[in-house]
Amino acid sequence: MVKVIIAVIAYIILAPIVGGFLAGLDRKITARMQGRVGPPVLQPFYDVLKLLEKESITVNRVQDFYVMCFFIFVIVTGCFFFAGENLLLVMFTLTLASVFLIVAAFSSNSPYAEVGAERELLQMLAYEPMVLITCVGFYMFTGSFEVGQIMLSTKMPFPYLIGIFLGFIFILTIKFRKSPFDLSMSHHAHQELVAGLKTEFSGKTLAMLEAAHWYENVFLLGMVFLFFVNGTWWGYVIGIVDVLLTYFLEILIDNSFARMKWQVAINSSWIVAVVLGTVNLFMLMFVR
Amino acid sequence: MSTISTVIFLIGFPLLVAIALLILKSDAARDIIVKVAAVAIIAASILLVVQQFGSGGEYFEIKAAETIGKIMMVCEVCLAIIIVVLGCKYKRFLAPVFAIIQTPLMIWFELSKGHHIAVNNPMYIDRLSMIMVLIIGIVGSLITVYAIGYMKDFQHHQKEGVPDRRPWFFFLMFLFLSAMFGLVMSNNLIWMYFFWEITSLCSYFLIGYNGLFHTKENEDKVATRNAFRALVMNLFGGLGFVIGIILLGTYYETLELSTMITIGAMGYSVVAPAIFLAFAGITKAAQMPFNSWLLGAMVAPTPTSALLHSSTMVKAGVFLIIKLAPVLGWNVAGIMVMMVGGVTFLLASFAAISQTNAKKVLAYSTVANLGLIVACGGVGTAEAVWAGIMLIIFHAVTKSLLFLCVGTAEHQIGSRDIEDMDGLFERLPKLAAFMLIGIAGMFLAPFGMLISKWATMVSFVDSNNILLVVIICFGSAATAFYWTKWMGKLSATMAGRENIQKNVHGEETFVHATLATLTVIVCLGFPFISSALLVPYLEGNFGSVDTLALSANNMVILCIMVAVLVLLFAFFFGKTNKKIVPLYMAGYNMGDDLTFMNAMKGETAVSLRNWYMESYFGEFKMNVIGVIATSIIIVATVGIVIGTLGGM
Repeated sequence: MVKVIIAVIAYIILAPIVGGFLAGLDRKITARMQGRVGPPVLQPFYDVLKLLEKESITVNRVQDFYVMCFFIFVIVTGCFFFAGENLLLVMFTLTLASVFLIVAAFSSNSPYAEVGAERELLQMLAYEPMVLITCVGFYMFTGSFEVGQIMLSTKMPFPYLIGIFLGFIFILTIKFRKSPFDLSMSHHAHQELVAGLKTEFSGKTLAMLEAAHWYENVFLLGMVFLFFVNGTWWGYVIGIVDVLLTYFLEILIDNSFARMKWQVAINSSWIVAVVLGTVNLFMLMFVR
Repeated sequence: MSTISTVIFLIGFPLLVAIALLILKSDAARDIIVKVAAVAIIAASILLVVQQFGSGGEYFEIKAAETIGKIMMVCEVCLAIIIVVLGCKYKRFLAPVFAIIQTPLMIWFELSKGHHIAVNNPMYIDRLSMIMVLIIGIVGSLITVYAIGYMKDFQHHQKEGVPDRRPWFFFLMFLFLSAMFGLVMSNNLIWMYFFWEITSLCSYFLIGYNGLFHTKENEDKVATRNAFRALVMNLFGGLGFVIGIILLGTYYETLELSTMITIGAMGYSVVAPAIFLAFAGITKAAQMPFNSWLLGAMVAPTPTSALLHSSTMVKAGVFLIIKLAPVLGWNVAGIMVMMVGGVTFLLASFAAISQTNAKKVLAYSTVANLGLIVACGGVGTAEAVWAGIMLIIFHAVTKSLLFLCVGTAEHQIGSRDIEDMDGLFERLPKLAAFMLIGIAGMFLAPFGMLISKWATMVSFVDSNNILLVVIICFGSAATAFYWTKWMGKLSATMAGRENIQKNVHGEETFVHATLATLTVIVCLGFPFISSALLVPYLEGNFGSVDTLALSANNMVILCIMVAVLVLLFAFFFGKTNKKIVPLYMAGYNMGDDLTFMNAMKGETAVSLRNWYMESYFGEFKMNVIGVIATSIIIVATVGIVIGTLGGM
């Protein structure tokens, strides 16, 4: 119990620091890939601090409430995960958070925000099956949905869940909002939807959105880590190395692709889920 | 009062009320009778559960059983005659053909063989029927109360010269409740069949409310056509029921559902009768290839849809399949049921994405959820049945709420199109809030349907049904998609809309509020429902129940989340100290957030529309695929069973 409380508190305090730092690293590496010097690594923190000082304005009475709920439930998602709770509970809470974000964008009735919200929904439709299949994969391999139990596994899940791992990495591009699937909003300035989903968010609300993404990214990388646990210290090392590799891979993908049409996002993710995910599940059935 | 008298009251009282409502034609009398009757029925349903809660139910011997059986037989003949006459009158001959085949078949069987088979306990109560009684009693009665106000508006909206046929409408509603009570408490399959046929006929008349018996110029042709479609499909299912009974009587010398389950539990195969009974369940639960009758049912006044979708009719179908679950599983019958359910769930969820008509979205969502329940029954493990029953409970409450909300919205804003519901929070704030609760209840954690879907998923993995697991992963994603875009539309803030909440009838708001509260309460109370009713029921039917899909720990977490959400909304929703500024519109916002200045200096109104992805999830495409796939599954499995019977 004490361990759980420590893990949750550590997540609440450390996740934004790690997440913000990773975001800074992302910008630095991206800049180098593009032959620029790039901002300081701590730039994301400066950005958010600046947002907090902006004038408090909003477009209606409810939008910021929904974003707050998004923020809260993203944190709750991560807390469940690091407390070792049920993976499905974790994923369903994340869905709840995402729905709050989408409804926030819809609530403004702003053209850009709404198109962004529709695209965000489409992205959910694209990645959700693979996310659920990933949870089922862990369950079939370790016999439990509980993250705490999965952590105790003495066999590394990765070799048995390799198809699912690849599928999960694929949809991670959508979750990280990276090109080619950064349809609903993007951290690049070159998009046709203004800021997409977040067009009408400003000041503290926008800061909350940024911080929520840091929390979310740390949790998602935690999912990647879960593929490599085997109860030994070197399993942890492989896990952390692989998390960093994955993050680098996503940055590389981001910089190597132009944005694609939404049809590509949904077609490819579903094909990946059906081929890699389902085949992997069937194979697990024979293994267990 | 003894239990048996409560049982008789539950079946007899709604019948008497129905007759009274048919005779008394004044509005005032109807208002009072319906309200009093609703209270009495709710009270009696709760009383029945309280009486039997300790013992967990009992089987009844009934002295007059033989006489009752004869009366039922006479009624069946009358029903068949009605069907034949109406079928000929409207020149739709398929329904009479089914009636002419099955009724004489049934009577021949009863007089020749059925007569010699002793039925010890024609009626019973167990924890599953208690749950059903509560659903029918509470949700069903609330719908009748809602109908009082709704039908006044409905009559008001009718063309000049259309006769007021509300007595007939309310007669059917209460008759329906009576038949449903009978259905969930009958152990004698012949009795159950009798109630089954009454519900088929009631829904036929209710769907055809705007068409049947009207003069040529007032007749809504679509209503007549859809009513006959529903009748034909359900009579086809009824034929399956009859064959199931005959097989059971001939080969196993029994007519009792409980005995059939016991025989199955002892290791003898009861696949042959099970497959025909399950087929009947599939038609009634509007599974593909028979889903079109339920979609056609939306031509009827809204209370009809609410009743058919939530507490009656389709729930009779899934009830039968859940009852049969112990003899399903990995056998031909079980595989048929789980495949039909799974395919229906997936394709109906997809089809719902492409719909703008709110009632159609609700209808496809019902078909999809029933598919999941049917699949749970087919899987037939304790875990799956737990999930299936939870789905029945949550779906009944939430779906009735949503239908009644859409019905009211339709009368107030003059449209049932989701695209016309933007800014509903300004126009009908209370209604929008109720609708939001209903939608959240249908797919979001920590609410009911999500809990059951979660349990369903776990039970599918545990029974090694990988295909069903994949189906549920994709189906859930689709479900979240269509509900969220509706939710978004509803939440869109639009300036300058007039608040018309006051035009809504008091009864309607009362029923909405009650159902919305129930939606939340059931979510808070489901661990109790599980431990008090479901687990003992499952232990009785499946032996020990060692694992449940959701641990107690998770159930508590979900309840806390419900409470947190309620509190968040109660304290923070709609409150802000921030300065409210105009939207960004690329062009110059004219100041009202609804129009902007375009490049030619003219004004352009903003119009926002949702995605429907017709090319992916078009209704027609989904139906064609679904009907073909499920027809093949059904024909193949029934063929196998008939083949083996021939060899017996």
